[in-house]
Amino acid sequence: MGRIVSLSLPLSREDVAELRAGDEVLLSGPVYTMRDAGHERALQCLEETGELPFGLAGATLFYAGPTPSAAGRPLGSVGPTTASRMDFATPQLFAAGIVAAIGKGKRSPAVVEACRETGSVYLCTVGGVAALLAKAVVASEMVGWDDLGTEALRRLTLVDFPCYVAVDACGRDLYREIEAAASSMA
Amino acid sequence: MEEVLSKEAVARAVYGAIRECAVTLRPDFRAAVERAREEASCQERAGGVSTADPRPGGAPSASRAAGVLDRILENAAIAAADGVPLCQDTGSVWVCLEVGEALMVPGDVLSGVNGAVARAYEDGRLRMSLVRDALFDRANTGDNTPAFCEVRFVPGADATLHVLLKGGGSDNASRVVMLPPGAGAAGVREVVLDCVREKAANACPPLVIGLGVGATFDKVAGLAKHALLREVGSPAASDAAAAFEEELLAEVNALCVGPAALGGLPTAVAVHVETAPCHIAALPVAVNMGCCAMRSASVPLVRDGRAVHCG
Repeated sequence: MGRIVSLSLPLSREDVAELRAGDEVLLSGPVYTMRDAGHERALQCLEETGELPFGLAGATLFYAGPTPSAAGRPLGSVGPTTASRMDFATPQLFAAGIVAAIGKGKRSPAVVEACRETGSVYLCTVGGVAALLAKAVVASEMVGWDDLGTEALRRLTLVDFPCYVAVDACGRDLYREIEAAASSMA
Repeated sequence: MEEVLSKEAVARAVYGAIRECAVTLRPDFRAAVERAREEASCQERAGGVSTADPRPGGAPSASRAAGVLDRILENAAIAAADGVPLCQDTGSVWVCLEVGEALMVPGDVLSGVNGAVARAYEDGRLRMSLVRDALFDRANTGDNTPAFCEVRFVPGADATLHVLLKGGGSDNASRVVMLPPGAGAAGVREVVLDCVREKAANACPPLVIGLGVGATFDKVAGLAKHALLREVGSPAASDAAAAFEEELLAEVNALCVGPAALGGLPTAVAVHVETAPCHIAALPVAVNMGCCAMRSASVPLVRDGRAVHCG
């Protein structure tokens, strides 16, 4: 069995180095939502100033656009969007100090290589179960880019938010290993 | 002939369907997930794939798959109990008004749809996920309009409103391919399997796979989308279609992409095919992925020429 590891955010590179593809992790602490439009702005900021916006160095990103607060919770529903759409920016954001990112689906070889080079990690969580995942979010604050609506940069506080390690800091890729195992059985 | 179908009735039905769909996993899909979960338990009890299965990544795929299926069912229960969306991507709104040829339809019958969409997304605290123009103005429209609508004429004197809330991830994982006719059934099969191999991980499996074959370049995608509306477990259009669907489903599941693409079974709970005539030179194929937060409703508006009064 893969391990189940409880982790406090923000993650250090040392925390990340301990993780292995296939581990199940429960995250507690702050993450920052960023999607397509936010990645374009973050990259632009990085190119113009040489730094990540809003002091995001050391942070974990969550590729997500939540629904508004509901049922007494800060967000009605929140879950991962397709991570490969952020591939264009991820190597540069990892190099600039983002330690981990949460999304769904496979990443490009360049992102896998960036995990290995920078000691960062890509975590996946289950898509389509956002009412369940929202129960692991205890706070949501607007940080910036509020003109982007659901795509704005928000700081979410997680408690035992469930993820899997999809690409670890050694560059092991869970999705590709599952694919390889399936094709070897066929 | 008297008009029995008004724009007000259509708008009311659109509003009601969106509010209901956003928080409700389609019952036939939910039943299919429950069956898959039960099969996973049977396998574990039989000892077939559990502890002895040295899959990569640490955890055996079978136990991860069972865990994901549990979360899908738990999510559906939370969404229904708390009235919160099943998925944060509450979709674009796709509407098909199916009208019997014996009915009279006013030309403005769809003119209330966008207003109903805006009210439903505001009142339901759903996500606004549309931009003004795909290429030249990607500012959010702020009210999840416009809806993408069509009218389809069918034999008879009934009218039915179909509403589908379609997530971006699963639509992005879909495709249209124009095959040469010589590619035949084997070519269609390869299109489906390639699409699953390359894109299923982004589409939130377990999936319903809508497969359209025939018509024209623009219409074939519509066939695939309509195929998603068919009840999971319901009979196919013909024996030939049923056999093809069964064969494709087995091959898709043999790829072991699995729930949440974390391995194991199932990758899809159904493949639904809709076919149509086409040009002698053509074999159009479309695959439309339906995600594990399957949300659609088919609302009867007219039966045998009489308006149906619903809630």
